[in-house]
Amino acid sequence: MAELNPPLADLAADLTGRPAAARRPGGLRASQRRRLNLFRYTAFTIFGLFFLLPLLSMVRFSLEGLTPGSWSVAAWTQLVSYPGPPPLLSSIEITLELAVISSGVMLILVVPTMIWIRLRVQWFSRVMEFICLLPLTIPAIVLVVGLAPIYNQIERYNVSALMLFWAYVVLALPYAYRALAAGLAAVDAKTLSEAARSLGARWPTVMLRVIVPNMWQAILNSLLLTVALVLGEFTVAYLLGYVNLQTNLFEISRSSENAGVLFSASAATLLFAFILLLILSYAGRRLRRGQR
Amino acid sequence: MAAATATKTGARPVRAGRRPPLAWVGTVPFLAYAGIFLLLPTGIVVWNAFKGNSGGWTLSNISALNTGPVRTAFKGSIELCVISSVAGAVLGAILAYAVASGNPEGLIRRLYLAGSGVLAQFGGVTLAFAFLATIGPAGLLFKAGWYSNFPWGIGLIYAYFQIPLMVLVFLPAIDGLKIQWREAAENLGGSTWHYWRYIAGPLLTPAFTGAALLLFANALSAFATIEAWEDQINYVVPQSISGSLISEVGLANAHEGDALALGLIVVVVIVMTGYFFLQRRAARWQS
Repeated sequence: MAELNPPLADLAADLTGRPAAARRPGGLRASQRRRLNLFRYTAFTIFGLFFLLPLLSMVRFSLEGLTPGSWSVAAWTQLVSYPGPPPLLSSIEITLELAVISSGVMLILVVPTMIWIRLRVQWFSRVMEFICLLPLTIPAIVLVVGLAPIYNQIERYNVSALMLFWAYVVLALPYAYRALAAGLAAVDAKTLSEAARSLGARWPTVMLRVIVPNMWQAILNSLLLTVALVLGEFTVAYLLGYVNLQTNLFEISRSSENAGVLFSASAATLLFAFILLLILSYAGRRLRRGQR
Repeated sequence: MAAATATKTGARPVRAGRRPPLAWVGTVPFLAYAGIFLLLPTGIVVWNAFKGNSGGWTLSNISALNTGPVRTAFKGSIELCVISSVAGAVLGAILAYAVASGNPEGLIRRLYLAGSGVLAQFGGVTLAFAFLATIGPAGLLFKAGWYSNFPWGIGLIYAYFQIPLMVLVFLPAIDGLKIQWREAAENLGGSTWHYWRYIAGPLLTPAFTGAALLLFANALSAFATIEAWEDQINYVVPQSISGSLISEVGLANAHEGDALALGLIVVVVIVMTGYFFLQRRAARWQS
């Protein structure tokens, strides 16, 4: 019976003069398509609620005044004034500085090495890939156990929390590497570099002015991933005894369980990550359009 | 023309047949960095796991893992990881299918993909606070009595980053299903059930299992969320590692943390090896 339906449906469609509407894309019949759409919109609603409700609750909590049900922006103004100890503002500053330093060091370390390997030492690319993906199998909580003695040495020279960037670059390696590898694979690096070299370009010129401009999108992606990782990092900072935004929030939650500033700071962090993503996807689309 | 053939054979046109001897030097900065901050710490963990309190080699750190609290932590870790990765994989696969069967350029797909990218990384302290505000003791949505129950309360919180991760990992596999396969099945008289049972199901199984393993490893290494949710009781291995690292001074066995960390590495490496293997199998027909 089922196998008789498609021709009949087509016939009916022909008779009403709307053949294109009856056969929708996806190789499905109209009735199947309706059932699929019902399933899709149910799924989107349920999952959408599951993802949105905690975020909305967090935002609502951050806007609550002294009495339940009232509204107030006190928790948001506390972002700059919360006394701590340590003061929230200074830990926000440290975290933002860490995000900049870590992504900068990551780019300087990884991008030239990847291009160099691609152009001159191809046999090394498997080693590079293995090392870069290794942090996926060595979780931060394990890495920090081995990093503790190394940071004991670092602290002899510098006790600033900014020193966390050494570890953060390693944590960001897998994500940054995959983003950059995808970008580099889309560039015909060999031909470009041979063309540039035969026109007399030196290696730094080849990298910075020939290859890199062709992979801006990948570089932006890897930057975003590194920044997002640093903004949310807790494990390494906490166990090495440094104060960043996340460990500071953790300490606040220990001393006063429902402090509004917890929720405003969390919501602000997330909002910041969303905005970064939006900016980058917009910039990415403009870049792609420019290349065409 | 000469340059084109040279490119193909991989030799350099000028000094054909001779590998530039110093090219590898360019990788030294990266290797040194990764050596100091990735390989060395890992080496320290493995080394110390077999080191006695008064120097010398010993297996006592490893055998000391066979105690009540450590067994409880490993059992708790596995319970939480199985629950959150199975639930995350099944629900994430459903969501991925719903996303994939829509318009590839559509707003919903872009919204869910961008959202998944952020939410898959949205673990940590912040996530625990979000659920505290939603279903915690003073929750706005409702006050769930099981909020602080292990593993169900924390399992629900873990699902919040596991489902988006599953969408990201599994979507390429579903996108790889070709419309022609479904049409072929229908032309041969197969029903929807037949299509899923004999075509799509078997094709997706390696990708699904691999993704579920990745979710398992992801939950196993997560620490911040569960620590912010409950820091007084060590439910899972990462919490025990943290406990032994922080209270190292007064501890009878100074290298317990290293032994625990080694145990965690072993489990994660086994799981991730399975993931990479299945991923390669799944990639065979995706391209």
